Parts: sequence; C-alpha cells; structure tokens
Amino acid sequence: MAQKITISPVTRVEGHGKVTIHLNDEGEVIQSRLHIVEFRGFERFVQNRPYWEMPVLVQRLCGICPVSHHLAAAKAVDVIVGAGTGDGLTPTAEKIRRLMHYGQILQSHALHFFHLASPDLLFGVDADPARRNVITLARTPEYRELAVQGVMMRKFGQEIIKATAGKKIHGTGAIPGGVNKSLTKEERDVFLKGKDPLNADAMIDWAEAAIALFRDFHKKNRDMVDEFSRFPSNHLSLVGRDGALDLYHGRLRAVDSEGKKILHDIDYQEYLDYIGEEVRSWSYMKFPFLTELGKQDGWYRVGPLARLNTCEHIPTPRAQKAFEEYKSYTDGRPNDMCMHTHWARLIETLFAAESIKLLLEDPDILKDDLVIKGKRQPEGIGLLEAPRGTLFHHYRVNEQDQITMANLIVSTTNNNQPMNEAVEQVARKQMTGQKTITEPMMNAVEMAIRAYDPCLSCATHAIGRMPLEITIYDRLGNLIDRKSR
Amino acid sequence: MLIYGYGNPGRQDDGLGKAMIDLAGEWVRNEDLENISLDVGYQILVEDVTLIENKDVVLFVDASMDEGIADFDLAAVTADDNATFTMHQVSPGFLLALYETLYGPAPPAYLLQIRGYEWELEESLSRGAQENLQKAWKVLRQILKDPGRLDGIGDPKATSTENKSKK
Repeated sequence: MAQKITISPVTRVEGHGKVTIHLNDEGEVIQSRLHIVEFRGFERFVQNRPYWEMPVLVQRLCGICPVSHHLAAAKAVDVIVGAGTGDGLTPTAEKIRRLMHYGQILQSHALHFFHLASPDLLFGVDADPARRNVITLARTPEYRELAVQGVMMRKFGQEIIKATAGKKIHGTGAIPGGVNKSLTKEERDVFLKGKDPLNADAMIDWAEAAIALFRDFHKKNRDMVDEFSRFPSNHLSLVGRDGALDLYHGRLRAVDSEGKKILHDIDYQEYLDYIGEEVRSWSYMKFPFLTELGKQDGWYRVGPLARLNTCEHIPTPRAQKAFEEYKSYTDGRPNDMCMHTHWARLIETLFAAESIKLLLEDPDILKDDLVIKGKRQPEGIGLLEAPRGTLFHHYRVNEQDQITMANLIVSTTNNNQPMNEAVEQVARKQMTGQKTITEPMMNAVEMAIRAYDPCLSCATHAIGRMPLEITIYDRLGNLIDRKSR
Repeated sequence: MLIYGYGNPGRQDDGLGKAMIDLAGEWVRNEDLENISLDVGYQILVEDVTLIENKDVVLFVDASMDEGIADFDLAAVTADDNATFTMHQVSPGFLLALYETLYGPAPPAYLLQIRGYEWELEESLSRGAQENLQKAWKVLRQILKDPGRLDGIGDPKATSTENKSKK
C-alpha cells in the first residue's frame, strides 16, 4: 500500500534542524546528517514580478538579515540597469550602501558573540542550556558589562541600518543603480559624536575588548578551542582587488586546506562556470560545490573563518593588527579550527566598526549624487559577504522587465556540507557506543552547528527560529533515542 | 505607553503586528494623543530592551497560529528567562526578564495576539486576519483612550470577543 507522508508546519515558527545518527552493531557512528526539512519556494514566487521590486521584495525572505538580501538584490539589479557590477555607482551611493552593510555586520556579529557564543564559552559546554544566555551573563557581576555592551552594539548597528535604509522593516535605501538618500550632517553626527556610549569610537573599543576576552578564554582552554569540531576544508569568499578583506564587493576567491588558490579571483558574474549545486534526497537545502573539484571534494566553507583564510590583509589598522596575531597562530596557514570562527567573527566586528567610522568621516556620504544608469541588460548577478558568508542573487528578466528566472544561494546553504561535517565530528566523538542522548551531547552538537550561526529562515524560506532535534538509530533503523530542545 | 508590533509583513498574516501599528499610528495622530510611542520590528530582538526604558506600560502586538484563539487574545506578560536556540528572536517575556536584570523592575506588559491563517510570501492579510485585526483594534482603541482598562488583565484568552461570548 502506498504511504503518504505529509510534513506540515505545526507552529508559526517553521525552520528546524534535525540531526540523525546511525550506529552499527558495535555502537560506532556510521552516518550522521543535519536534515533541513522545509521547502524552497522563493525563486518561483518572484517570477513575473518587475525587476525593480526585487531589493524590497527579497526582504520578505527573512527578518533576520533583510539588509543582506536587500543589498545583494540591489547589486544584481544594478547590472540589469547598466550601472555596473558593484563598483560603478556614484561614490555617495556606494559608501551609503557600505555603511548600511557594515551596520548589519556589526549588529549581527555582536548578537552572535555577545548573546550566543560568549555564554557557551564562559559558562561551558556542559552548563544547563537554560543558563547559557545573555540574562545569565548579565546576572554574573564580572560579565554584566559585556551583556550591556552586546545590547548597545546591536542598537548602534540597527540605528545605522535605519538611517541608511530609511526604515526598520522593508527598507528602501538601495534602489536600482544607487540609493534614494544620503545622510544629513545631523544624522551623521549622531553616530560619530553621539552621547557615550552610542558612537563609533565606543564600538571600536568594545569590539577590540571582545577580541581580548576571546583570546584570554583561548589561552585558558586551548585544547577545547583548537580541537572541537576541527576539520580541513576549502574556503570561499569575495576579496577586494588587492586581496583585502571586503564584505561588500570584490572577486570570488577560494583556497584549499593548504592555502593554495583553487578559484583565482574570478568575476562573480561568471559564477555558474565555477559553482554547482547538488540536490540530495534527504535535505531540501542544496549542497554547493566548486565544479572543477567535483561534488565529493569541491565543497567549501563560507563565513568569518573562510574570509580570514582567503583574504591577505584587512584595510583598517586595528583589525589588521588583530588579523596579524590571528594568522601568526597558524603560521599563516588556513585556519580549520571551528571554534576560531568566533575569533574571526570578532576581528570582522572590529573591521566593521572601524569601517563605519571611516565612512562616517567621508564627506561623500553627505552628497546628493545618488543614482547612475546605463544600457539595460537581460541578466544580473549580485554577491556580497553577508554576516554568515557569501550570498548570491541571480536574476534574468524579459523585455517587459519581468523576472523570468531567479537563483539564490544563501550563506547557510553554502555552509551545508561544513555543518554536516561538524555534526559528524561531534557525533563520532560524543555518541559512539551511547544508547541515550545526554545533555552534554546535545550541547556539543548545538555548539558545533551554532559556530556557523545558521539561519534557516532564508535557507529554507521558513519563518523564524530553529529548534534542534537529535535522533539515534541502530543498524536496522530502529529508533534508540530522540531528544529535542 | 509603548505599542510594539512585530512580524514580517512579507509573509501575509505575519504582518498583523505592523498592520495594527499602522492603524494605531494614524488614529493617535488624528486624536492628538500624547505619551504613546509606536514601533515595529521583524521580531523582538535583545536590543529592544532599550525601548522599554521610561515607559509606564508596554503592549506587544503579534500574529498567532494558535487555533485556541478565536480572533484575538490579550494577556499580561510575565518575565521569563528561557532562551531560544538561536536568539535570532526573543519572546516578550524574555525581553522583560532581560530588562529587569539590566535596569530593575519592568513596567507592566501585555501581549495582544491576533489570529492569522495564511503565511505565504505575499504582502497582504487574509480576509479572516483582516476581520480579527478590526476586532482587536476596536478593543485597543478603547484601551488607548483609557489605559486603566488594562488593569486586571492577567489570564490568557480573557478578552477575545468570541472567547468571551463562549463563556
């Protein structure tokens, strides 16, 4: 008899991560997978919509990082209106967009470190999950200031976004070929000279202090930080033309686990010649790979760890100094230590804070030369480095200005295979020979996945948070244990 | 008073929170009411704790999939320090708990949940959600004129018009 399996969202909050682990007769882990069980539907949804709607329309995808989608879509549409591929805009338009983007990076990275990672690190992987959050941080006298700084860094980043995007929900700041507003002197001065602590200088100091906090923790917990869920991989990101860290625009570079370039600073308008996407039956989230290396070996990491492996330097002084110390830890070789993602993320936070200050001091952000247009094109591709990694938006349009094809590869999709590798590492270490799932096991899996800060809202086009469910099966597929949180 | 509507209006009825703020904003301007702040967000985030400061009462407005809610529900919110897995969003109760930890006693807070039905990638409310929005707006309008009506609200599902009529 045919079996009908229906997966229906049972709550408003749909996205969830499901981990399954299979054991053999000896209790050894023979397979582990992170399943994503939601449907993708956005690409089909935007068909026949006018292309100029895209920068606003794509913000429907996700309320977590709408700015990244807004700007990636705007960059793709820039190409369609003949405004070039990211570096052809007016100086004011490009700098306002960069300011918006670095505001997003600052607030997103601050959320991750101050509210997710630091409780994990400071209270330990074995701590009660109910305790590993910002409230416990705030209730612990020695960390109270850290919690306040986390809140204020978030607020500063959100205010930058509001000033540049125009509003908090469905911002309209980036438009085809430019932006629809610059900053007034008064708006600028709020961020530059604002009442302590909400100004750019405080953000720089706090980001630097957070790096020191991580390094101190690292010194005391070297084995755990270096070895937890560590595995070699390829790394992919945009880099600036001179190999600089650049999160808004650049060329696509990939390096292998030894640091050898395997994607040579290509123009991302040609990404289809270099990157493929594999569909696997057990997940709705695709598995991207470098076509030259094939599906088996061509997978790669994206995000902070990858970006600091592909770039050669950071173009702001304090972040560059932190980068040099970071690189010296691995003697300049690519860093494959999962928990060092937090270190890399904090260096990027410092870079974002310094970049915001430099942009605020630039008189171009006050000017009114906002839009440029050229010869209309039938296709456009926009890439940027979102907080979680490289984000691809690709559209084709017909002569009636309607979208005929859209392809999105979001950061969490790019990290699909690395997250599966991370789960595999933890499962082999923690669950071999186990019959039940303990809290420390759950914590370890959760911490490994969290390092990638996955956002299933846009990866799967569901709304909201991501509950975690872990199941263990024996060789015959019989359920041994299931836990969720 | 702060009224904070949240949700993604690009996901149909998830936009009920913002739709209520749009209604309230126009009315507050027309009535020339003072001391009412209105704000919106895709979801409640930890930095929203700063919005609560110096407010004498906070009202959160959200969409709900809860089939137990006939049209809308207004209930008091209590501090709750249980966090979610990602912290990409927090609950109203978590925000109150964070406020109390950082700044001291939180103002009285309430959650107005309005029942929604459709959650696809479109920017429009379903007919049922629009009807529920109007029912909830009628009650909220009375509260804005007389905030004292909030006193005594505590039990969930106590103020929905249909829930009341069933009792």
